[in-house]
Amino acid sequence: MFPVQVDNLTIAYHQKPVLQEVSFEVPEGKLIGIIGPNGAGKSTLIKGILGLIPTASGEVKIYGDEYKKSRKRVGYVPQRGSVDWDFPTNALDVVLMGRYGHVGWFKRPGKKDVDFARDCLKKVGMLEYENRQISQLSGGQQQRVFLARALAQDADVYFMDEPFVGVDAATEKAIIALLNELKAKGKTVLVVHHDLQTVDEYFDWVLLLNMRKVAFGPTKETFTINNLQKTYGGKLTFLQDQSLVVDEVNS
Amino acid sequence: MLEPILVQLQNPNTQWVLLGTMLLGITSGVVGSFTLLRKQSLIGDAMAHAALPGVCIAFLLYGSKSLLWFLIGAAIAALISSFIIQVIINHSRIKEDSALGIIISVFFGFGIVLLTYIQHNGSGNQSGLDDFIFGQAASMVAADVQLITIISLIILVITAIFYKEFKLLTFDPQFAKGLGIPVSFFNGLLLLLIVCSVVIGLQTVGVILMAAMLITPAISARYWTDKLSHMIIISGLIGGLSGIAGTLLSTIMKGMATGPLIIIAATFMFLISLIFAPNRGLLAKALKQLSLRKKTSVDQVFLSIYDIAEGGTLRGIKDEAILKKRNVPLRLFQYSKNELNKKGFIQKEANNTWMLTDKGIEAGYELVLQQRLFEMYLMHEMEFAHLDLKTRDDLNLQHISKDTKEHLLKLLRTHNRSPLLIPRSASVRNRRLMV
Repeated sequence: MFPVQVDNLTIAYHQKPVLQEVSFEVPEGKLIGIIGPNGAGKSTLIKGILGLIPTASGEVKIYGDEYKKSRKRVGYVPQRGSVDWDFPTNALDVVLMGRYGHVGWFKRPGKKDVDFARDCLKKVGMLEYENRQISQLSGGQQQRVFLARALAQDADVYFMDEPFVGVDAATEKAIIALLNELKAKGKTVLVVHHDLQTVDEYFDWVLLLNMRKVAFGPTKETFTINNLQKTYGGKLTFLQDQSLVVDEVNS
Repeated sequence: MLEPILVQLQNPNTQWVLLGTMLLGITSGVVGSFTLLRKQSLIGDAMAHAALPGVCIAFLLYGSKSLLWFLIGAAIAALISSFIIQVIINHSRIKEDSALGIIISVFFGFGIVLLTYIQHNGSGNQSGLDDFIFGQAASMVAADVQLITIISLIILVITAIFYKEFKLLTFDPQFAKGLGIPVSFFNGLLLLLIVCSVVIGLQTVGVILMAAMLITPAISARYWTDKLSHMIIISGLIGGLSGIAGTLLSTIMKGMATGPLIIIAATFMFLISLIFAPNRGLLAKALKQLSLRKKTSVDQVFLSIYDIAEGGTLRGIKDEAILKKRNVPLRLFQYSKNELNKKGFIQKEANNTWMLTDKGIEAGYELVLQQRLFEMYLMHEMEFAHLDLKTRDDLNLQHISKDTKEHLLKLLRTHNRSPLLIPRSASVRNRRLMV
């Protein structure tokens, strides 16, 4: 059974299609990079899968079930800029929000949840900041808090929206270590990613996206000059100049 | 001053009014905390203005004054207005602020039209209807306050039950939706709470000033805490206190309306918070800024003196020479020299010049080394990406690895920036490391 199965997904904003007829099936236990130029619909795809925005057509299955039924198996890391970090709360509190799906109605998170949340903070190296007001954290630290919150969801498949944007080198390393740890536990992680240089180092599989699915498959076979040209069009020239792309042999 | 208050307090009517205004303050403080953090403060304003035509229509239908029917009318009108606002935002290019502006003026204008109509067709007893514009707390009777009490309790209980959901929804609505929390339901519920608190405020502070009751206590509370639960409690307290203070003031100041006095009391508490709150207050910020300026100028003056002494003149250092190296405002310059003198780093000489003491060389060496290593870091930042330093003080030589330190010191030598004035106390091994 596939962790994520997307069939013919189409999403439109104000009658303008931003994602058209996207279908793919994600294998279990892999790190998957979602790659594409600005406005390609990468974040939109994630939000569409998670039901955060209305979809025009198509079907999404998580472990063979509708998303509504399998929510608890899904973890989500939104873009860091999507919330107001001046909100009056501390790091531990934000991570605890990841437990809300398990806590249930009318109840407050108990000691078990607090311990679990602290454990997640520890995994991202942020335990010493648990009582820090979130606006006083650096960009990288805020991103790690978001990651810890997703870990607190204790899910089987994770969706991360641009977790590497605006973070320091240490955080980037910490995130990568975490992704590999999740993979080792058989979890599946889909990551919206911008930096083409690191794609073949970080991800087992890639989904190349530009309003449509351009290619999907193991990085070695899929992340090719040919496919990138199809994805990025004319913008690729400067990519070639910097010779970021995997060598010709692969294509 | 105290005696008239005490006399008034024994008046049962005053007691009812006091209870009513206090409850209004608490409720709008609690609900206002969420609207403020959701950046929806003006929604409260729109709801309040929209309530006026609702009240008028309720009067026309029911035929006489009845708080309960007014509340129902106001609530329906407010909900209709919020529905229209949502429709405008979702189905046109008009943004939220313009949509709110349109609705506020249209509904309020319509309300005034209805009000004039009622007054000119004086069928029943229409007196007191225009109280809803500016509020008239004194006209509250026991039955009104009982209704207000019930509504307040419902609002507070709902907030307590759904605190967790409201918090998540306010901080990160998308994540909340991902968890399966029915976001639209809670948005609606929160809107209903706003409408309810607006409605119980209509009689006390009126439609025009009601927005202030939702905004002012909450924004004041934000200054005192970084924790949502504390903010809500403080906001409720400030709101309640404003209600009490405004009511008491109006009982001793004959002819002054209660509503505006409540708002003035709340605004006064806001000013106190704005200025005196620890950390976020203006005073605390100014003090922090001042001490930073002082520290910086002491460092600058000290660096300049070390630079001059490094050139070979430990004695006879003139003010002009120091200022020429790094210019510092005169008052801060005087302060810095005094500080350095007090610490025993520099000493005054007979002809108004300065000399660097042994202690000064020692401290100066540390400071200059740190400063110059930081300059090296800035020049070669790409090689030290893992350090992530923002200011010189972040560069702690004890905390960086041996390799990095060696690398920085090597750069220092290549650029010929090693501090040359080495303290006598340094051990031989350290000396070798230093130069």
